[in-house]
Amino acid sequence: MALATTAVRGVNWVSRRSGRGAGTVAGGNAGLGIDPHLLAHLARGRTVALVSGTNGKTTTTAMVARGWGRDVATNATGANMPAGHVAALVASRSPVAVLECDERWLPDVIAETVPAVVVLLNLSRDQLDRAAEVRQLAQRWRDCLTGGDFVVVANARDPLVVYAASASPRVHWCAAPTSWTLDARSCPVCTRTLDLGADAWSCTCGFAEPEPHSVLVDGGARIEGQFVRLDLAIPGSVNRGNALLALAALHELGVDPTLAARRLDTLREVEGRYAQAVVAGQAVRLLLAKNPAGFATQLADQAASNAPLWIAINDGLADGRDPSWLYDVDFEQLRGRSVWCWGTRRLDLATRLWYAGVEATVVEDVAPHHDGTVDLIANYTAFQELRRGAGAR
Amino acid sequence: MRIALVFPELLGTYGDGGNAVVLAQRLERRGLPAELMNVRPGEAFPDADVYLLGGGEDGPQRLAADLLIASTLAERVADGAGVFAVCAGLQLLGTSFAVEGEAIYPGLDLVPALTVRGIARSVGDAAVRVEGRLVVGFENHGGVTHLAPGLDAFGEVVVGHGNDTQSDGFRAGRVWATYLHGPVLAQNPWLADALLASMLGRELEPLASVADDLYAARCAQVTGTGA
Repeated sequence: MALATTAVRGVNWVSRRSGRGAGTVAGGNAGLGIDPHLLAHLARGRTVALVSGTNGKTTTTAMVARGWGRDVATNATGANMPAGHVAALVASRSPVAVLECDERWLPDVIAETVPAVVVLLNLSRDQLDRAAEVRQLAQRWRDCLTGGDFVVVANARDPLVVYAASASPRVHWCAAPTSWTLDARSCPVCTRTLDLGADAWSCTCGFAEPEPHSVLVDGGARIEGQFVRLDLAIPGSVNRGNALLALAALHELGVDPTLAARRLDTLREVEGRYAQAVVAGQAVRLLLAKNPAGFATQLADQAASNAPLWIAINDGLADGRDPSWLYDVDFEQLRGRSVWCWGTRRLDLATRLWYAGVEATVVEDVAPHHDGTVDLIANYTAFQELRRGAGAR
Repeated sequence: MRIALVFPELLGTYGDGGNAVVLAQRLERRGLPAELMNVRPGEAFPDADVYLLGGGEDGPQRLAADLLIASTLAERVADGAGVFAVCAGLQLLGTSFAVEGEAIYPGLDLVPALTVRGIARSVGDAAVRVEGRLVVGFENHGGVTHLAPGLDAFGEVVVGHGNDTQSDGFRAGRVWATYLHGPVLAQNPWLADALLASMLGRELEPLASVADDLYAARCAQVTGTGA
């Protein structure tokens, strides 16, 4: 193990010095090449919390890490596969590790790290050109959670998450609202159409939404009966839900929810998300949305605005090469707004908006300028490029 | 024109509902009436001029096939209604299809086509030549589809896999099917108009939009003839 961890440090040092990378994945891979169970060795003796799901992983991981209140080992840069986990654990000797985990890697990472808590946020279509289809993923989660000796903190509002988590003997159910239901219209157990109901979903086969232990209430959350005020600095209704799951996870780790909530309030940005920036001379607020569920959330938060909006869509490997999902996004709700289209798939976006009846401009050479700050919603690689190119506040 | 999107909850994995929106919008923007309806499991199968079938995961695909076999879709097609199907929707229109595992499932038997599982999934950009023109899109499926002699393919594969790397989909009267999934009609405005023209029995006036720019750019990208 000593040789393997030295390799991680060495390669990451070279990677950072040469400016080729943030120095996480390359070193992690070098270490895993020498010791395939390096992750297990590094995790041994630590309290590990894993966070997985299609959307909100990075933000929720940051919330759990911040809420812990002390130094934690965490993969803050979003390198969420074993190489990134290895790098995070080599970089910190903290007895607590909070690790964001790619959905497809969750079974392996659970087996290696023997976590205390596993947080399951949601499951929806995302990069279907390269990931297992979403129901197969739910089944793989279910298989790896069966009989696990850890607490699963899971979103009771998401039927696919419930299908997976209900195999676990110890579940802390949270009711975090979802604005995306298209992947959960048919029952994960019997494929009949789910009754999505106003309060709780159910199926005639008996599969139904579990009674939550923790819920959002006016002004805050109730964590197993305890009211906690929430005063988040980061925007968006979805982040109240992410905070609910983070507080429940921290509660399961023995952290007082009220103290944890005060620490969450201090979180202002997560890896550039929600940050103010300057892009092509324009003051923008950077918002990340990678898939239909992410867009549903971001567009819902746009409902009160009539300001110009920038949207950037790329088709890099990390985005998925197929932007068909743009037709799963209800862009029709932007009618009356003016949208500027950026990214390698800006023509696909502009075409989608034309069919939605939304005024769209394809940005080719000259960037527009608007008064004040413009919201810029971008998918993954577009977000990273804009963030890197963005001037400081 | 009444446009019915069939079981969007079961067959809509890749934004396939976009095809219905595209057809309706291309009529409405020419001042022609269009009515868009969603067909849901358990509800009466509606009368429509064209039915759209999308892609789906294995379980929902089997359920959709069972529901469609029990529906009046075949009678409506016999009465002259059109069908535009992609991906899983293509597979379940044939005599039988196979999904995960070895089991064979009966299809609607609207056309003499048979789908077996391929060795690997076919995932990526694809282009098909249809009546001398390119149709571009994306495919993601594990099927190999065999057409009985006499059944016309939808097109000839230029890039990608389609049915069997040679031909893609099929075309039997007003039943059109392709492996190019998702909003293929959005990327190929001429194909959307050809489908509408065949339903209306007359040519449509041109309708310029940014979709034409998208089509030109995608044709160049997918066939590698420059950016």
